[in-house]
Amino acid sequence: MDFSAISPSLLIASLMVASTPILLAALGELVVEKAGVLNLGVEGMMIMGAICGFATAVETGSPALGFIVGAIGAAALSLIFAILTQYLMSNQVATGLALTLFGLGFSSLIGQGYVGIRPPAVAKLDLGPLSEIPFAGTAFFKHDLMVYLTIGLCLAIWFTLTRTRLGLTIRALGENHDAAHALGYKVITMRIFAILFGGACAGLGGAYLSLIRVPQWTEGMTAGAGWIALAIVVFGSWRPLRVLLGAYLFGGFTVLQLNLQAAGLAIPVEYLSMSPYIITILVLVFMSAPRSGSKKSKPLSAPACLGRSFYNSN
Amino acid sequence: MIVLEKRPSPSKLWTALTPILAVIATMIAGSIMFAILGKDPFEAIRTIFWDPLFSEQFAAFSRPQLLVKATPLILIAIGLSIGFRAGVWNIGAEGQYIMGAVFGAAVGLAFYPLESVFIYPLMVIAGAIGGFLWAMIPGILRVKFHTNEILVSLLLVYVAEFILASVSLGLLRNPDGAGFPGSRNLKEYASAFNGELLVNTGIHWGTIAAMIAVIFAYILFARHTMGFHLRLAGEAPKAAQFAGVKPGYLVLFCFAVSGAFAGLAGLFEVSGPAGQINIDFNVGYGFTAIIVAFLGRLNPIGILLAGLLMALTYIGGELASFMLGIPDAAIQAFQGMLLFFLLAVDVLSNYRFRLRKVEAA
Repeated sequence: MDFSAISPSLLIASLMVASTPILLAALGELVVEKAGVLNLGVEGMMIMGAICGFATAVETGSPALGFIVGAIGAAALSLIFAILTQYLMSNQVATGLALTLFGLGFSSLIGQGYVGIRPPAVAKLDLGPLSEIPFAGTAFFKHDLMVYLTIGLCLAIWFTLTRTRLGLTIRALGENHDAAHALGYKVITMRIFAILFGGACAGLGGAYLSLIRVPQWTEGMTAGAGWIALAIVVFGSWRPLRVLLGAYLFGGFTVLQLNLQAAGLAIPVEYLSMSPYIITILVLVFMSAPRSGSKKSKPLSAPACLGRSFYNSN
Repeated sequence: MIVLEKRPSPSKLWTALTPILAVIATMIAGSIMFAILGKDPFEAIRTIFWDPLFSEQFAAFSRPQLLVKATPLILIAIGLSIGFRAGVWNIGAEGQYIMGAVFGAAVGLAFYPLESVFIYPLMVIAGAIGGFLWAMIPGILRVKFHTNEILVSLLLVYVAEFILASVSLGLLRNPDGAGFPGSRNLKEYASAFNGELLVNTGIHWGTIAAMIAVIFAYILFARHTMGFHLRLAGEAPKAAQFAGVKPGYLVLFCFAVSGAFAGLAGLFEVSGPAGQINIDFNVGYGFTAIIVAFLGRLNPIGILLAGLLMALTYIGGELASFMLGIPDAAIQAFQGMLLFFLLAVDVLSNYRFRLRKVEAA
């Protein structure tokens, strides 16, 4: 067992890279759930983004275009979910699951010819003197653009939701859609835009997986990342900065167990591999448990109208 | 402007028609997908739906396969439907299926090479217990800690897959297997083998269990107070509270039953058609069963028919990939589309379309 082989600054660097896809998907899902819609199809949208981004990058040679098309592809898939749940008022849980199953199958179909191909490389940003700092340089300043854009997105979402009128409207939709409708806000239109935004973010996360993190295309390559993203939204109590923390925590565990496997820790590989999922479950339990002394049966600050269909009865 | 108007009560006609409409819509959309893939759409649809049953070339081989594929789908879906009706979302049926198979195979292999008529019943009980225990985790966490059961049961599927890999390479590995992963093949162990009961029909003990499950669910919902409570909790939670339904008890019951059924399905599969515990033992029956449950409108007889239809798409899909080169992923996309269309046309049973004049503000 050779723990000295694990370098802390490299650990932090790979943690940030590993967390980015999940963080992107979780931020998108955060906005969707704040607007009151429970979209369980994150896994399907991520993998659609992964294959659309990968295929575009391979065909055109431009990773940037790959990211854009990945986001558009996933958003297009989420449009199906939006029409079904907002216009046709179908059950959100079942529709989300259908989205996941369809997304997984459809992406495998599109990805038939792309297994084993290497995508065009994405350059790491050169931040000059910042990258030269001994520990922090390797840990924080040697990443590609998407990592920094994701953190920026997190801050932007936090600012929008807490400090702008748009954010207030979105939160109103999620807490009481009947009141928001009475106030004159277009509930269904705004929710559809929220769902498309969530889809685009999940697509970006998936494209990050297939273009930078892995980088390759394999069937089912998200391996539950979408579900982890959903769990992280709950873990973060529907607050963007806590979601950032949760994503980095999960990414940290994933990277740590890989490093422990490489260092030769005497626990079988499968048990180390399942530890991130078990940690996520334990964290969910801890976050959902009623606090001592609290009389409320639902202590989580979930949006009150989460998962309920809006029916305009006039 | 076309608006939706809520019906005073769900329309019986449309509730029965929606699955048929959904299947027809899926066939149309599927044929468009096949046409884009460059295959003749009519031939593809015919290969998937007609040939497995009636073609002279293949039907004799594929007809028995129908029940083999339908059995685990129906068994798991019946268990899931009991929960879905009450608003209890057990999405981790795949994990419970795996754990039932692992527990059951472990019990069977523990007795090797003893031959006795008591071994198989013990394996069946072990399989049910395995699935039951795995389902109790999300169940108890929901009741005690209000943890979202969808996420917990789903994450446990991934944990179960790792456990499966671990036992295939370690605990249950075949000592005579030349170092390959995977357990001893239960086909060679007569007391533990779940063979065909009637030759060339594909019926095995699992099929009998599935039939019993259908009858159980039918009686539960039609005649038993528990079934009434389940339906009430799903359709009108406040009314259920007034009627004295204990929500925690209901959740645990739903998880117990669906977990046990999924575990049984896993056991019957591993001791029958699959034969051994291996890393790639699970093929996604747990997730397809969710589609079957919804396609059958959460009704036991509907699930029986929906399970047979889904099995047909599996068999037809294999035939299509063999004869026409259509990739397996296309069939998964096809099944996902089926669920989409079903959910879309479902609106017709609760709402009707009306033309309304746009009112002035």
